[in-house]
Amino acid sequence: MTVTDTAVVEKRTPPSTPPVRRRRSRAGRTPWLYLAPALVVLAALLAYPVYQLGLISLFRYTQAQVSGGEPTAFRGFGNYADVFSDDQFWQVLASTVVFAAACVVSTLAVGCALAVLLTRVRAVPRLALMLAAMGAWATPAVTGSTVWLFLFDPDFGPVNRLLGLGDHSWTYGRLSAFFLVLLEVVWCSFPFVMVTVYAGIRSVPSEVLEAAALDGASQWRIWRSVLAPMLRPILVVVTIQSVIWDFKVFTQIYVMTNGGGIAGQNLVLNVYAYQQAFASSQYGLGSAIGVVMLLILLAVTLVYLRLLRRQGEEL
Amino acid sequence: MRAVRGLVARPWRFAAEACALLVAVVVAFPLYWMVLGAFKPAGEIRSSEPRPWTLEPSLDSFRRVLGQQEFGRYFLNSLVVAGAVVIASGVIAFLAATAVTRFRFRFRTTLLIMFLVAQMVPVEALTIPLFFLMRDFGQLNTLGSLILPHIAFSLPFAIWMLRGFVKAVPEALEEAAYLDGASRTRFLWQILFPLVLPGLVATSVFSFISAWNDFLFAKSFIISDTSQSTLPMALLVFYEPDDPDWGGVMAGSTVMTIPVLVFFVLVQRRLVSGLGGAVKD
Repeated sequence: MTVTDTAVVEKRTPPSTPPVRRRRSRAGRTPWLYLAPALVVLAALLAYPVYQLGLISLFRYTQAQVSGGEPTAFRGFGNYADVFSDDQFWQVLASTVVFAAACVVSTLAVGCALAVLLTRVRAVPRLALMLAAMGAWATPAVTGSTVWLFLFDPDFGPVNRLLGLGDHSWTYGRLSAFFLVLLEVVWCSFPFVMVTVYAGIRSVPSEVLEAAALDGASQWRIWRSVLAPMLRPILVVVTIQSVIWDFKVFTQIYVMTNGGGIAGQNLVLNVYAYQQAFASSQYGLGSAIGVVMLLILLAVTLVYLRLLRRQGEEL
Repeated sequence: MRAVRGLVARPWRFAAEACALLVAVVVAFPLYWMVLGAFKPAGEIRSSEPRPWTLEPSLDSFRRVLGQQEFGRYFLNSLVVAGAVVIASGVIAFLAATAVTRFRFRFRTTLLIMFLVAQMVPVEALTIPLFFLMRDFGQLNTLGSLILPHIAFSLPFAIWMLRGFVKAVPEALEEAAYLDGASRTRFLWQILFPLVLPGLVATSVFSFISAWNDFLFAKSFIISDTSQSTLPMALLVFYEPDDPDWGGVMAGSTVMTIPVLVFFVLVQRRLVSGLGGAVKD
């Protein structure tokens, strides 16, 4: 029902003309009264820190300035120049993008495949899979990270024993360490995709699917030509949410690779910014990296908004 | 015809069900291994032939974790932080969601877009300015320094998700209430709030998780007064990268995971429909 609603709305009202709105009671000041607490909190603890982040990124701000030993010195875009001329930054940026992309693709593939699988099975296997997924979803990032480390522990973990890898260390190599983190990230984030897409598929009228099956469409064909287009709004939401989450992965990298891996080989932007700021006390530099990250995510969000608009969704 | 199709379809369904069960086992395995690791005696944990069962479950690891200085205190701190965040962000988000779904006013769409944009702000990047903010307001080393930012960070998503639930309450109900002479405030708290409450509970899972899991703020803002520390920090005491006390880590992880798991199982159904609602609108 959800999907058909959107589909109908899409057809009936072209995105450029605003849909006819029902008459509302006189709004006046009431909505702003209701919004006030939210706006105050967001302004003080979100907008203001973002502004501060931008400000700090323009200053020389190290331990000396924090303790008051030296005055803060304005250095314009000096921090940014430092960041951009640092080879490590570009390497970290590249690994962040590749790692996030790999996480998003794997999460979506696993989540969608399992959502389709859920619709094909009877109640008992479905409940089993749902409960297992809920368990993975509910696991806090810190504990998930330690548990996966334990599973892949070179000396006492079951995975190496099972695969006959001896005491191969997964966190030693750059790629294998990233792979291990990817497994954990996919494990704890596919349930969101699976549950959401499953709810979406369930809302597609069964006649549509039966008609497709009667016409002799294969499973893959049904997914590609019937389900995927109908589920597009949902797929957009889960994709963008996954991009935003996976681009910001922090705890998993921090705990599983012990703060960014050997010689920082497993750093991603978020951890890199944190290390620059709090480990090396380069607060200005760390803030500049934070701003770069913020801008990248802002770009992603704008793409998302455009997609939503194009679907003619009423906000 | 139908019988033939049934016969052809059946092996496929069995294959699908076997597949689903297999995946369920694989997905649940890390959790099983965590609980198992928590109960294994020290000798078995440090064996190079790990077995997927234990014949002599022991509570030693739990004793070691719970006996750790002030572990109960950390647990309580975590509960206080998560509880305060859930309640505060729930009430604030309810009011805001009501405003943006039940009223039409200028800047409404702009506000909604702002809430959406606010969701993508990387919390970790804001650790630096928040650290200075908390320092200036003397909030370092207090639970407030953990509660306040998490309220802010969980609000946008909560508002976005609650919209669906508020919208689902028929408008006729509102008109009827006013006709019967109810005031706006009365309608809000005595009619709308109870109706939206199930959705609010589902939404609160996300606030709960983000506050309960928080590791970065606890690490950065609770610097000297360890009595204000929370569970994730306590857990990492047992995790020495070179020689981790796996029994202790698994026992601590189990203790930390169970409350979230319970919360999840309780609200599971609402969560599924809530996500449908959040996505739908």
